[in-house]
Amino acid sequence: MAELLARIEDVAVRYKQKVVMESLSLDIVEGAITCIIGLSGAGKSTILRLLNGLRKPDAGHVYVKGVDICHIPERQLVDLRRSIGFSFQFSAMFDSLTIFENIALPLREHTKMGEREIADLVKSTLEGVGLANVEQRLPSELSGGMLKRAGFARAVVTNPELVLYDEPTTGLDPIITHLLTDTIKRLREKLNGTAVVVSHDLQSIYMMADYVAMLFEGAIIAYGTVEEIKKSINPIVQQFLQGSEVGPIPI
Amino acid sequence: MNMLENVGRETSSFFEYVGGATALLGDSTRFIFTLRIRIKETLDQAYRLGVESTAIVCLTSLFTGFVISLESATQAVQYGAESLIGGGVAFISVRELGPMLSAVVVAGRTGAAIAAEIGSMVVTEQVEALQALGLSPVRMLVVPRLVALMVMMPLLTVFADLVSFLGGMWIANSSAHVPTDTFLTSAKSAVTIIDVLKGLFKALIFAVIIAVIGSYQGLGTRGGAAGVGKSTTGAVVTAIILIFIANFAMSYILFRPAGG
Repeated sequence: MAELLARIEDVAVRYKQKVVMESLSLDIVEGAITCIIGLSGAGKSTILRLLNGLRKPDAGHVYVKGVDICHIPERQLVDLRRSIGFSFQFSAMFDSLTIFENIALPLREHTKMGEREIADLVKSTLEGVGLANVEQRLPSELSGGMLKRAGFARAVVTNPELVLYDEPTTGLDPIITHLLTDTIKRLREKLNGTAVVVSHDLQSIYMMADYVAMLFEGAIIAYGTVEEIKKSINPIVQQFLQGSEVGPIPI
Repeated sequence: MNMLENVGRETSSFFEYVGGATALLGDSTRFIFTLRIRIKETLDQAYRLGVESTAIVCLTSLFTGFVISLESATQAVQYGAESLIGGGVAFISVRELGPMLSAVVVAGRTGAAIAAEIGSMVVTEQVEALQALGLSPVRMLVVPRLVALMVMMPLLTVFADLVSFLGGMWIANSSAHVPTDTFLTSAKSAVTIIDVLKGLFKALIFAVIIAVIGSYQGLGTRGGAAGVGKSTTGAVVTAIILIFIANFAMSYILFRPAGG
């Protein structure tokens, strides 16, 4: 039986009066890529924020490596976050720092590595995501696809056990999308870690996912391998996968 | 009923704001006392927030010095008290206008910059990215700005005092023909080093107000570009109001005559 790296259990999340999640549970299998699909605004990104403690649930529990992160002191949560990489939807690179400084930041703050060692690691990590000779550029000087890859590099440079990707291929052309999907797979294999990917891009998901979870109206309505999800008899899942306007999903 | 609800909501928001800003100051102080200060970032902020404000602070202080001297000279000449102009200009510059005017100018320029910069980082998820990397936004963003302003604000006030005083001396000499020696002697007798130090203490408190309010507004930014604009305006307005209130309170406490 597959080991779990994280588990979201009976979680409820509300924004003011709006219920975003109600009794949501989800298992994150260790060493696998779990993709979360669902309509825009369904709360997919909120699941990523629950997993690294950026968002506390209004009810329920979130376990990471067996620890309920909803009830630990902030200092312990900060330590835990060092073992979780987060690639943001719009990359969220610090715009006053160069790409090198962005990626070196967690190494400078959390490790005792020397500058030469950091420089070597940043360079090799950037090469690992297919970026070369961009170290001294500012984020504003990079294209969308390059920024996403730089964001990947910053998320994985500390060799985290879990990497969270928020819409890694949204708004990119098919070639870059394919490249980034391949990069996520390669990084997971290289780090021998676990990844959770939030995406709308079904082709990418079919390429990389070990498990797929579909979020709808605040709950996970389908979970399984790509093949299992494709064969799901749930009409909501089928409508979503086919991109059809006709079906039970209200438009 | 609606009015009561509104009063309740506003009161609750007020205390939430005060509590939040105080907690932010507390967190920042903890990082400062444990010496977890990012030196390079702090020096960078000292240049951007302090050094780059020097020209505007000096310019406003110069013309304020002109006005104080001109107005007091007009009155003093009527009563034959030209020899008191130097004391008047020095007294008002060092104790009140130097610290407060510099603080108001810096609140407008720097407080807005702090709120806008941190606010932009919030709406572009950069602050969340810091947290996701296991880094404290307070230590990374607020502390360098706070420490930089606490160092630079008293220095700017010294410049403001000097420029205002020299401007006043020039106007007194050119418009009321008050000799420089007379002006200086009058100033020396009116202002002590304790007055100067108390003025600089005021500047230090104003620096804390500007940095904490700017940072707090920035960190509380919600909702894109419009939110950044709202935070920036809020930072400037709130900081200026607090500067005036704090100035009165400190003048009352620091400059109250003994036994008064």
